[in-house]
Amino acid sequence: MFSQLLADVVSLWAKYGKIYLNGIKNTLILAITATAIGCLIGFICGILQTIPVSKTDNIFKRVFLGLIRVIIRIYVEVFRGTPMILQAVFIYYGVPYFFGHVFKSIWAVSLIVVSINTGAYMAESVRGGILSIDPGQTEGAKAIGMNHFQTMLYVILPQALRNIMPQIGNNYIINVKDTSVMFIIGFSDFFSIHKMVSGAIYKYFPSAFIEMVGYLTLTLVASFLLRWVERKLAGSESYELAAGDQLVTVAGTYNSPAKGSPFDEKSKEFGKPVYEPEEEAEL
Amino acid sequence: MSEHILEVRHLSKVFGKNEVLKDIDFNVSQGDVTSIIGASGSGKSTLLRCINLLETPSSGEILFHGQDVTKGGLSQSAYRAKVGMVFQSFNLFNNMTVLDNCIIGQQRVLKISKEEAKDTALYYLGKVGMTPYINALPRQISGGQKQRVAIARALAMKPEILLFDEPTSALDPEMVGEVLEVMRNLAEEGMTMLVVTHEMVFARDVSSHVVYMADGVIVEEGDPKEIMVDPKNPRTREFLSRFLC
Repeated sequence: MFSQLLADVVSLWAKYGKIYLNGIKNTLILAITATAIGCLIGFICGILQTIPVSKTDNIFKRVFLGLIRVIIRIYVEVFRGTPMILQAVFIYYGVPYFFGHVFKSIWAVSLIVVSINTGAYMAESVRGGILSIDPGQTEGAKAIGMNHFQTMLYVILPQALRNIMPQIGNNYIINVKDTSVMFIIGFSDFFSIHKMVSGAIYKYFPSAFIEMVGYLTLTLVASFLLRWVERKLAGSESYELAAGDQLVTVAGTYNSPAKGSPFDEKSKEFGKPVYEPEEEAEL
Repeated sequence: MSEHILEVRHLSKVFGKNEVLKDIDFNVSQGDVTSIIGASGSGKSTLLRCINLLETPSSGEILFHGQDVTKGGLSQSAYRAKVGMVFQSFNLFNNMTVLDNCIIGQQRVLKISKEEAKDTALYYLGKVGMTPYINALPRQISGGQKQRVAIARALAMKPEILLFDEPTSALDPEMVGEVLEVMRNLAEEGMTMLVVTHEMVFARDVSSHVVYMADGVIVEEGDPKEIMVDPKNPRTREFLSRFLC
Protein backbone atom coordinates (compact mmCIF):
# COMPACT_ATOMS: atom_id res chain seq x y z
CA MET A 1 0.00 0.00 0.00
CA PHE A 2 2.57 2.53 1.14
CA SER A 3 5.02 1.40 -1.51
CA GLN A 4 2.34 1.90 -4.14
CA LEU A 5 1.61 5.42 -2.86
CA LEU A 6 5.30 6.21 -2.73
CA ALA A 7 5.81 4.99 -6.27
CA ASP A 8 2.86 7.07 -7.50
CA VAL A 9 4.07 10.18 -5.69
CA VAL A 10 7.57 9.76 -7.06
CA SER A 11 6.38 9.25 -10.61
CA LEU A 12 3.97 12.18 -10.31
CA TRP A 13 6.71 14.44 -8.96
CA ALA A 14 9.12 13.31 -11.67
CA LYS A 15 6.62 14.29 -14.33
CA TYR A 16 4.96 17.39 -12.81
CA GLY A 17 7.45 18.48 -10.11
CA LYS A 18 8.26 21.68 -11.93
CA ILE A 19 4.61 22.61 -12.27
CA TYR A 20 3.97 21.92 -8.58
CA LEU A 21 6.97 24.06 -7.67
CA ASN A 22 5.71 26.82 -9.90
CA GLY A 23 2.35 26.63 -8.09
CA ILE A 24 4.16 26.86 -4.75
CA LYS A 25 6.07 29.87 -6.04
CA ASN A 26 2.84 31.63 -7.09
CA THR A 27 1.14 30.80 -3.79
CA LEU A 28 4.10 32.14 -1.81
CA ILE A 29 4.41 35.35 -3.81
CA LEU A 30 0.68 36.03 -3.54
CA ALA A 31 0.51 35.18 0.16
CA ILE A 32 3.58 37.20 1.13
CA THR A 33 2.73 40.26 -0.96
CA ALA A 34 -0.94 40.27 0.02
CA THR A 35 -0.09 39.85 3.71
CA ALA A 36 2.37 42.75 3.49
CA ILE A 37 -0.09 45.02 1.70
CA GLY A 38 -2.88 43.86 4.04
CA CYS A 39 -0.73 44.79 7.05
CA LEU A 40 -0.09 48.20 5.56
CA ILE A 41 -3.82 48.71 5.06
CA GLY A 42 -4.39 47.51 8.62
CA PHE A 43 -1.81 49.93 10.04
CA ILE A 44 -3.24 52.85 8.10
CA CYS A 45 -6.77 52.01 9.26
CA GLY A 46 -5.49 51.58 12.82
CA ILE A 47 -3.77 54.97 12.81
CA LEU A 48 -6.78 56.73 11.24
CA GLN A 49 -9.24 55.13 13.62
CA THR A 50 -7.32 56.19 16.70
CA ILE A 51 -6.98 59.89 15.86
CA PRO A 52 -8.32 61.49 19.01
CA VAL A 53 -11.45 63.59 18.64
CA SER A 54 -12.39 66.06 21.31
CA LYS A 55 -15.46 68.18 21.70
CA THR A 56 -13.43 71.34 21.25
CA ASP A 57 -12.22 70.41 17.74
CA ASN A 58 -13.86 72.31 14.92
CA ILE A 59 -16.85 70.84 13.16
CA PHE A 60 -15.01 70.00 9.92
CA LYS A 61 -12.39 67.93 11.68
CA ARG A 62 -15.02 66.10 13.70
CA VAL A 63 -17.20 65.33 10.68
CA PHE A 64 -14.16 64.28 8.64
CA LEU A 65 -12.84 61.96 11.33
CA GLY A 66 -16.32 60.58 11.92
CA LEU A 67 -16.64 59.85 8.22
CA ILE A 68 -13.28 58.06 8.15
CA ARG A 69 -14.35 55.87 11.05
CA VAL A 70 -17.64 54.98 9.37
CA ILE A 71 -15.89 54.11 6.09
CA ILE A 72 -13.35 51.90 7.84
CA ARG A 73 -16.14 50.24 9.83
CA ILE A 74 -18.07 49.43 6.65
CA TYR A 75 -14.92 48.19 4.91
CA VAL A 76 -14.08 45.88 7.79
CA GLU A 77 -17.60 44.51 8.16
CA VAL A 78 -18.12 43.87 4.44
CA PHE A 79 -14.81 42.16 3.72
CA ARG A 80 -14.67 40.26 6.98
CA GLY A 81 -18.29 39.21 6.61
CA THR A 82 -18.26 37.70 3.12
CA PRO A 83 -16.33 34.71 1.70
CA MET A 84 -13.11 35.61 -0.10
CA ILE A 85 -14.00 33.25 -2.97
CA LEU A 86 -17.14 35.30 -3.54
CA GLN A 87 -15.26 38.59 -3.28
CA ALA A 88 -12.90 37.34 -6.00
CA VAL A 89 -15.79 36.53 -8.32
CA PHE A 90 -17.55 39.75 -7.43
CA ILE A 91 -14.58 41.94 -8.26
CA TYR A 92 -13.26 39.96 -11.23
CA TYR A 93 -16.60 39.85 -13.01
CA GLY A 94 -18.25 42.87 -11.39
CA VAL A 95 -15.71 45.63 -11.98
CA PRO A 96 -15.73 45.24 -15.83
CA TYR A 97 -19.49 45.98 -15.73
CA PHE A 98 -18.76 49.47 -14.47
CA PHE A 99 -15.25 50.32 -15.56
CA GLY A 100 -14.60 48.10 -18.55
CA HIS A 101 -11.62 45.78 -18.70
CA VAL A 102 -9.32 47.55 -16.28
CA PHE A 103 -7.74 44.34 -15.02
CA LYS A 104 -4.81 43.39 -17.14
CA SER A 105 -4.05 40.17 -15.29
CA ILE A 106 -5.49 37.65 -12.91
CA TRP A 107 -2.48 38.37 -10.71
CA ALA A 108 -3.64 41.92 -10.12
CA VAL A 109 -7.17 40.86 -9.16
CA SER A 110 -5.92 38.11 -6.86
CA LEU A 111 -3.52 40.49 -5.17
CA ILE A 112 -6.22 43.11 -4.67
CA VAL A 113 -8.77 40.65 -3.29
CA VAL A 114 -6.43 38.90 -0.86
CA SER A 115 -4.84 42.20 0.24
CA ILE A 116 -8.06 44.00 1.08
CA ASN A 117 -9.36 40.87 2.75
CA THR A 118 -6.26 40.65 4.93
CA GLY A 119 -6.47 44.40 5.53
CA ALA A 120 -9.98 44.05 6.95
CA TYR A 121 -8.75 41.55 9.56
CA MET A 122 -5.55 43.44 10.24
CA ALA A 123 -7.42 46.73 10.80
CA GLU A 124 -9.03 45.18 13.85
CA SER A 125 -5.83 43.49 15.01
CA VAL A 126 -3.89 46.75 14.75
CA ARG A 127 -6.62 48.65 16.59
CA GLY A 128 -6.44 46.05 19.35
CA GLY A 129 -2.64 46.28 19.34
CA ILE A 130 -2.75 50.05 19.71
CA LEU A 131 -5.29 49.82 22.54
CA SER A 132 -3.05 47.31 24.33
CA ILE A 133 -0.26 49.87 24.75
CA ASP A 134 -0.22 51.80 28.03
CA PRO A 135 -1.81 55.26 27.51
CA GLY A 136 1.19 56.65 29.38
CA GLN A 137 3.29 56.02 26.29
CA THR A 138 1.01 58.28 24.26
CA GLU A 139 1.06 60.93 26.98
CA GLY A 140 4.83 60.81 27.15
CA ALA A 141 5.04 61.36 23.40
CA LYS A 142 2.41 64.10 23.40
CA ALA A 143 4.16 65.83 26.29
CA ILE A 144 7.30 66.35 24.23
CA GLY A 145 5.24 67.76 21.38
CA MET A 146 4.79 64.79 19.06
CA ASN A 147 1.65 64.81 16.93
CA HIS A 148 -0.61 61.79 16.47
CA PHE A 149 1.27 60.39 13.47
CA GLN A 150 4.69 60.80 15.05
CA THR A 151 3.42 59.24 18.26
CA MET A 152 2.06 56.27 16.33
CA LEU A 153 5.05 55.84 14.04
CA TYR A 154 7.87 56.11 16.55
CA VAL A 155 6.33 55.04 19.85
CA ILE A 156 3.06 53.14 19.69
CA LEU A 157 3.24 51.04 16.52
CA PRO A 158 6.73 49.62 17.18
CA GLN A 159 5.38 48.36 20.50
CA ALA A 160 2.01 47.32 19.09
CA LEU A 161 3.78 45.44 16.31
CA ARG A 162 5.26 43.10 18.86
CA ASN A 163 1.83 42.42 20.34
CA ILE A 164 0.17 41.80 16.97
CA MET A 165 3.00 39.73 15.50
CA PRO A 166 1.11 36.48 16.28
CA GLN A 167 -1.89 37.94 14.42
CA ILE A 168 0.23 38.82 11.41
CA GLY A 169 1.56 35.25 11.46
CA ASN A 170 -1.98 33.93 11.66
CA ASN A 171 -3.01 36.00 8.67
CA TYR A 172 -0.01 34.92 6.66
CA ILE A 173 -0.65 31.24 7.32
CA ILE A 174 -4.34 31.67 6.52
CA ASN A 175 -3.33 33.42 3.29
CA VAL A 176 -0.97 30.61 2.28
CA LYS A 177 -3.91 28.23 2.48
CA ASP A 178 -6.79 30.47 1.46
CA THR A 179 -5.19 31.84 -1.69
CA SER A 180 -6.24 28.44 -3.03
CA VAL A 181 -9.75 29.82 -3.56
CA MET A 182 -8.32 32.10 -6.24
CA PHE A 183 -8.51 29.14 -8.63
CA ILE A 184 -12.11 30.33 -9.10
CA ILE A 185 -10.89 33.16 -11.30
CA GLY A 186 -8.14 31.07 -12.84
CA PHE A 187 -5.17 31.91 -10.66
CA SER A 188 -2.61 29.09 -10.93
CA ASP A 189 -1.63 28.64 -7.30
CA PHE A 190 -0.39 25.45 -5.68
CA PHE A 191 -3.85 23.95 -5.21
CA SER A 192 -4.93 24.66 -8.80
CA ILE A 193 -2.02 22.46 -9.93
CA HIS A 194 -3.67 19.58 -8.08
CA LYS A 195 -6.88 20.09 -10.01
CA MET A 196 -4.97 20.28 -13.23
CA VAL A 197 -2.74 17.24 -12.65
CA SER A 198 -5.44 15.00 -11.18
CA GLY A 199 -7.74 16.04 -14.01
CA ALA A 200 -5.14 14.89 -16.50
CA ILE A 201 -4.07 11.55 -15.06
CA TYR A 202 -6.62 10.72 -12.32
CA LYS A 203 -4.01 10.25 -9.55
CA TYR A 204 -6.17 12.07 -7.00
CA PHE A 205 -4.73 10.75 -3.78
CA PRO A 206 -1.00 10.91 -4.64
CA SER A 207 -1.45 14.45 -5.89
CA ALA A 208 -3.40 15.42 -2.77
CA PHE A 209 -0.62 13.84 -0.72
CA ILE A 210 1.96 16.07 -2.42
CA GLU A 211 -0.29 19.08 -1.81
CA MET A 212 -0.71 18.20 1.88
CA VAL A 213 3.00 17.82 2.46
CA GLY A 214 3.66 20.97 0.43
CA TYR A 215 1.20 23.20 2.31
CA LEU A 216 2.28 21.84 5.68
CA THR A 217 5.92 22.55 4.83
CA LEU A 218 5.08 26.11 3.82
CA THR A 219 3.16 26.82 7.01
CA LEU A 220 5.65 25.08 9.33
CA VAL A 221 8.52 27.09 7.90
CA ALA A 222 6.41 30.23 8.32
CA SER A 223 5.66 29.38 11.97
CA PHE A 224 9.32 28.81 12.65
CA LEU A 225 10.35 32.11 11.05
CA LEU A 226 7.64 34.01 12.90
CA ARG A 227 8.80 32.69 16.26
CA TRP A 228 12.28 33.79 15.37
CA VAL A 229 11.08 37.28 14.42
CA GLU A 230 9.09 37.53 17.67
CA ARG A 231 12.20 36.69 19.67
CA LYS A 232 14.13 39.32 17.72
CA LEU A 233 11.45 41.94 18.40
CA ALA A 234 11.56 41.17 22.12
CA GLY A 235 15.04 42.70 22.21
CA SER A 236 18.05 41.64 24.19
CA GLU A 237 17.78 40.93 27.88
CA SER A 238 20.99 42.69 28.80
CA TYR A 239 22.69 45.93 27.95
CA GLU A 240 26.24 47.18 28.02
CA LEU A 241 27.27 49.91 30.36
CA ALA A 242 28.66 52.79 28.39
CA ALA A 243 32.34 53.32 29.07
CA GLY A 244 32.88 56.23 31.37
CA ASP A 245 34.40 57.35 34.61
CA GLN A 246 32.50 55.28 37.13
CA LEU A 247 33.68 57.41 40.05
CA VAL A 248 32.24 60.52 38.49
CA THR A 249 28.93 58.77 38.05
CA VAL A 250 28.84 57.61 41.62
CA ALA A 251 29.67 61.09 42.85
CA GLY A 252 27.04 62.61 40.54
CA THR A 253 27.95 64.63 37.48
CA TYR A 254 25.22 67.11 37.91
CA ASN A 255 27.26 70.17 38.63
CA SER A 256 29.96 70.23 36.02
CA PRO A 257 31.53 73.70 36.18
CA ALA A 258 33.96 72.91 33.40
CA LYS A 259 31.24 72.02 30.95
CA GLY A 260 28.64 74.58 31.90
CA SER A 261 25.03 74.36 30.89
CA PRO A 262 22.37 76.41 29.13
CA PHE A 263 20.98 77.12 32.55
CA ASP A 264 24.21 78.78 33.57
CA GLU A 265 23.40 81.56 31.18
CA LYS A 266 19.91 81.80 32.54
CA SER A 267 21.27 81.76 36.06
CA LYS A 268 23.55 84.70 35.32
CA GLU A 269 20.79 86.54 33.62
CA PHE A 270 18.24 86.11 36.30
CA GLY A 271 20.33 85.31 39.31
CA LYS A 272 18.72 83.11 41.88
CA PRO A 273 15.02 82.57 41.28
CA VAL A 274 13.70 86.03 41.83
CA TYR A 275 10.79 86.03 44.14
CA GLU A 276 8.69 88.99 45.03
CA PRO A 277 5.80 88.25 47.34
CA GLU A 278 4.07 91.61 46.68
CA GLU A 279 3.72 90.85 43.03
CA GLU A 280 2.35 87.39 43.63
CA ALA A 281 -0.08 88.74 46.19
CA GLU A 282 -2.00 90.50 43.44
CA LEU A 283 -3.51 87.21 42.37
CA MET B 1 1.81 91.03 32.25
CA SER B 2 4.43 89.83 29.90
CA GLU B 3 6.97 88.97 32.59
CA HIS B 4 4.87 85.92 33.39
CA ILE B 5 5.73 82.87 31.33
CA LEU B 6 2.46 81.26 32.18
CA GLU B 7 -0.82 82.75 33.32
CA VAL B 8 -3.75 80.58 34.27
CA ARG B 9 -7.05 82.44 34.33
CA HIS B 10 -10.44 81.27 35.56
CA LEU B 11 -9.51 77.71 34.67
CA SER B 12 -12.12 75.08 35.39
CA LYS B 13 -12.40 71.43 34.47
CA VAL B 14 -15.50 69.31 34.66
CA PHE B 15 -15.55 65.53 34.33
CA GLY B 16 -19.20 64.60 33.81
CA LYS B 17 -20.87 66.11 36.87
CA ASN B 18 -17.67 66.44 38.86
CA GLU B 19 -16.20 69.88 38.94
CA VAL B 20 -12.57 69.02 39.54
CA LEU B 21 -11.10 72.50 39.08
CA LYS B 22 -13.03 75.62 39.99
CA ASP B 23 -11.94 78.99 38.70
CA ILE B 24 -8.20 78.56 39.18
CA ASP B 25 -6.01 81.65 38.82
CA PHE B 26 -2.26 81.80 39.13
CA ASN B 27 0.90 82.95 37.40
CA VAL B 28 4.35 81.52 36.84
CA SER B 29 7.30 83.84 36.25
CA GLN B 30 10.74 83.10 34.90
CA GLY B 31 12.77 81.18 37.48
CA ASP B 32 9.84 80.41 39.78
CA VAL B 33 9.79 77.06 41.47
CA THR B 34 6.16 76.57 42.38
CA SER B 35 5.09 73.62 44.48
CA ILE B 36 1.46 72.62 44.34
CA ILE B 37 0.48 70.70 47.44
CA GLY B 38 -2.76 69.27 48.68
CA ALA B 39 -4.57 66.05 49.46
CA SER B 40 -5.20 63.39 46.81
CA GLY B 41 -8.20 64.30 44.70
CA SER B 42 -7.81 68.01 45.27
CA GLY B 43 -7.21 68.59 41.55
CA LYS B 44 -3.44 69.20 41.60
CA SER B 45 -2.61 66.67 38.89
CA THR B 46 -5.59 67.67 36.78
CA LEU B 47 -4.40 71.27 36.94
CA LEU B 48 -0.97 70.25 35.72
CA ARG B 49 -2.44 68.08 32.97
CA CYS B 50 -4.67 70.95 31.88
CA ILE B 51 -1.65 73.23 31.70
CA ASN B 52 0.03 70.75 29.35
CA LEU B 53 -3.27 70.28 27.48
CA LEU B 54 -3.30 66.56 28.20
CA GLU B 55 -6.74 67.38 29.56
CA THR B 56 -8.81 69.95 27.73
CA PRO B 57 -9.90 72.68 30.16
CA SER B 58 -13.68 73.10 30.33
CA SER B 59 -13.34 76.86 30.51
CA GLY B 60 -10.80 79.54 31.23
CA GLU B 61 -7.55 80.57 29.64
CA ILE B 62 -3.96 79.41 29.76
CA LEU B 63 -1.66 82.16 28.52
CA PHE B 64 1.86 81.24 27.49
CA HIS B 65 3.81 84.45 26.97
CA GLY B 66 0.44 86.13 26.57
CA GLN B 67 -0.91 83.73 23.94
CA ASP B 68 -3.95 81.66 24.82
CA VAL B 69 -3.00 78.06 24.11
CA THR B 70 -6.45 76.63 24.79
CA LYS B 71 -7.78 78.35 21.69
CA GLY B 72 -4.93 77.48 19.39
CA GLY B 73 -3.04 80.76 19.82
CA LEU B 74 0.00 78.51 19.52
CA SER B 75 -0.05 75.06 17.99
CA GLN B 76 -0.50 72.33 20.56
CA SER B 77 2.69 70.52 19.57
CA ALA B 78 4.82 73.67 19.54
CA TYR B 79 3.49 74.64 22.95
CA ARG B 80 4.07 71.21 24.47
CA ALA B 81 7.62 71.18 23.13
CA LYS B 82 8.27 74.31 25.21
CA VAL B 83 6.58 72.97 28.31
CA GLY B 84 8.29 69.83 29.56
CA MET B 85 6.43 67.27 31.63
CA VAL B 86 7.70 64.62 34.02
CA PHE B 87 5.13 62.01 34.98
CA GLN B 88 4.57 60.00 38.12
CA SER B 89 4.79 56.80 36.07
CA PHE B 90 7.84 57.99 34.05
CA ASN B 91 6.26 57.16 30.66
CA LEU B 92 9.60 56.47 29.01
CA PHE B 93 9.24 54.97 25.55
CA ASN B 94 9.62 51.25 26.16
CA ASN B 95 10.77 50.50 22.63
CA MET B 96 13.80 52.79 22.81
CA THR B 97 17.05 52.89 24.71
CA VAL B 98 17.66 55.56 27.31
CA LEU B 99 19.64 57.57 24.78
CA ASP B 100 17.02 57.31 22.03
CA ASN B 101 14.35 58.39 24.50
CA CYS B 102 16.21 61.68 24.84
CA ILE B 103 16.92 62.01 21.10
CA ILE B 104 13.57 61.26 19.46
CA GLY B 105 11.74 64.44 20.50
CA GLN B 106 14.59 66.73 19.48
CA GLN B 107 14.94 64.94 16.17
CA ARG B 108 11.27 64.67 15.23
CA VAL B 109 9.66 67.65 16.92
CA LEU B 110 12.46 70.22 16.96
CA LYS B 111 13.93 68.86 13.69
CA ILE B 112 17.46 68.88 15.08
CA SER B 113 20.04 66.69 13.34
CA LYS B 114 20.64 63.32 14.94
CA GLU B 115 24.28 64.09 15.81
CA GLU B 116 23.44 67.34 17.51
CA ALA B 117 20.47 65.77 19.29
CA LYS B 118 22.74 63.00 20.53
CA ASP B 119 25.23 65.49 21.98
CA THR B 120 22.44 67.33 23.77
CA ALA B 121 20.94 64.07 25.02
CA LEU B 122 24.31 62.87 26.33
CA TYR B 123 24.87 66.17 28.06
CA TYR B 124 21.59 66.07 29.96
CA LEU B 125 21.89 62.36 30.68
CA GLY B 126 25.27 63.24 32.19
CA LYS B 127 23.67 65.92 34.29
CA VAL B 128 21.25 63.42 35.81
CA GLY B 129 24.04 60.87 36.26
CA MET B 130 22.72 58.34 33.75
CA THR B 131 25.62 58.28 31.30
CA PRO B 132 26.58 54.65 31.96
CA TYR B 133 23.05 53.46 31.16
CA ILE B 134 22.48 55.11 27.79
CA ASN B 135 22.21 51.72 26.03
CA ALA B 136 19.73 50.26 28.50
CA LEU B 137 16.02 49.85 27.82
CA PRO B 138 13.59 51.40 30.31
CA ARG B 139 12.59 47.98 31.68
CA GLN B 140 16.21 47.28 32.58
CA ILE B 141 16.70 50.19 34.97
CA SER B 142 15.26 51.12 38.36
CA GLY B 143 12.41 53.54 39.03
CA GLY B 144 14.67 56.31 40.24
CA GLN B 145 16.86 55.89 37.20
CA LYS B 146 13.82 55.97 34.93
CA GLN B 147 12.64 59.20 36.48
CA ARG B 148 16.08 60.77 36.04
CA VAL B 149 16.02 59.74 32.37
CA ALA B 150 12.52 61.21 32.07
CA ILE B 151 13.86 64.49 33.45
CA ALA B 152 16.76 64.38 30.98
CA ARG B 153 14.31 63.67 28.16
CA ALA B 154 12.26 66.72 29.12
CA LEU B 155 15.38 68.88 29.51
CA ALA B 156 16.75 67.83 26.13
CA MET B 157 13.82 69.67 24.54
CA LYS B 158 15.17 72.85 26.22
CA PRO B 159 11.77 73.72 27.68
CA GLU B 160 11.00 77.11 29.17
CA ILE B 161 9.09 75.55 32.00
CA LEU B 162 9.11 72.06 33.42
CA LEU B 163 6.04 70.45 34.95
CA PHE B 164 6.44 67.63 37.46
CA ASP B 165 3.42 65.47 38.27
CA GLU B 166 4.23 63.77 41.57
CA PRO B 167 7.66 62.71 40.28
CA THR B 168 8.59 60.70 43.37
CA SER B 169 5.26 59.15 44.32
CA ALA B 170 5.84 55.89 42.44
CA LEU B 171 9.36 55.42 43.78
CA ASP B 172 10.78 53.30 46.56
CA PRO B 173 11.83 55.49 49.49
CA GLU B 174 15.54 54.98 48.84
CA MET B 175 15.17 56.27 45.28
CA VAL B 176 13.26 59.42 46.15
CA GLY B 177 16.44 61.18 47.21
CA GLU B 178 18.26 60.84 43.89
CA VAL B 179 15.34 62.35 41.97
CA LEU B 180 14.82 65.19 44.42
CA GLU B 181 18.53 65.93 44.25
CA VAL B 182 18.32 66.36 40.49
CA MET B 183 15.28 68.61 40.88
CA ARG B 184 16.99 70.65 43.58
CA ASN B 185 19.97 71.23 41.29
CA LEU B 186 17.67 72.25 38.47
CA ALA B 187 15.95 74.76 40.72
CA GLU B 188 19.29 76.19 41.76
CA GLU B 189 20.26 76.66 38.13
CA GLY B 190 17.20 78.80 37.59
CA MET B 191 14.88 76.41 35.77
CA THR B 192 11.25 77.44 35.94
CA MET B 193 9.41 74.57 37.55
CA LEU B 194 5.87 73.70 38.53
CA VAL B 195 5.86 70.74 40.86
CA VAL B 196 2.88 68.77 42.13
CA THR B 197 4.31 66.98 45.12
CA HIS B 198 3.75 65.30 48.44
CA GLU B 199 7.36 65.99 49.45
CA MET B 200 6.75 68.77 51.95
CA VAL B 201 10.41 69.24 52.74
CA PHE B 202 11.10 69.85 49.06
CA ALA B 203 8.20 72.29 48.86
CA ARG B 204 9.46 74.18 51.91
CA ASP B 205 13.17 74.27 51.16
CA VAL B 206 13.44 74.37 47.38
CA SER B 207 10.40 76.12 46.02
CA SER B 208 10.01 79.87 45.80
CA HIS B 209 6.25 79.68 45.88
CA VAL B 210 3.75 77.26 47.34
CA VAL B 211 0.16 76.72 46.26
CA TYR B 212 -2.15 74.75 48.54
CA MET B 213 -5.16 73.24 46.79
CA ALA B 214 -8.24 71.55 48.19
CA ASP B 215 -11.47 70.48 46.45
CA GLY B 216 -10.49 72.07 43.16
CA VAL B 217 -9.69 75.54 44.45
CA ILE B 218 -6.52 77.31 45.52
CA VAL B 219 -6.98 77.76 49.25
CA GLU B 220 -3.75 79.58 49.97
CA GLU B 221 -0.59 80.51 48.16
CA GLY B 222 2.55 82.45 48.79
CA ASP B 223 6.03 82.24 50.21
CA PRO B 224 6.87 78.70 51.32
CA LYS B 225 8.24 79.91 54.62
CA GLU B 226 5.03 81.73 55.43
CA ILE B 227 2.67 79.05 54.22
CA MET B 228 4.50 76.04 55.54
CA VAL B 229 5.47 77.53 58.89
CA ASP B 230 2.57 79.82 59.63
CA PRO B 231 -0.41 79.13 57.38
CA LYS B 232 -3.26 81.63 57.62
CA ASN B 233 -6.02 79.31 56.47
CA PRO B 234 -7.21 76.67 58.96
CA ARG B 235 -7.50 74.06 56.17
CA THR B 236 -3.89 74.60 55.14
CA ARG B 237 -2.85 74.36 58.77
CA GLU B 238 -4.70 71.10 59.25
CA PHE B 239 -3.27 69.62 56.05
CA LEU B 240 0.29 70.60 56.90
CA SER B 241 0.05 69.45 60.50
CA ARG B 242 -0.05 65.91 59.19
CA PHE B 243 3.27 66.28 57.40
CA LEU B 244 5.49 68.65 59.29
CA CYS B 245 6.38 68.65 62.92
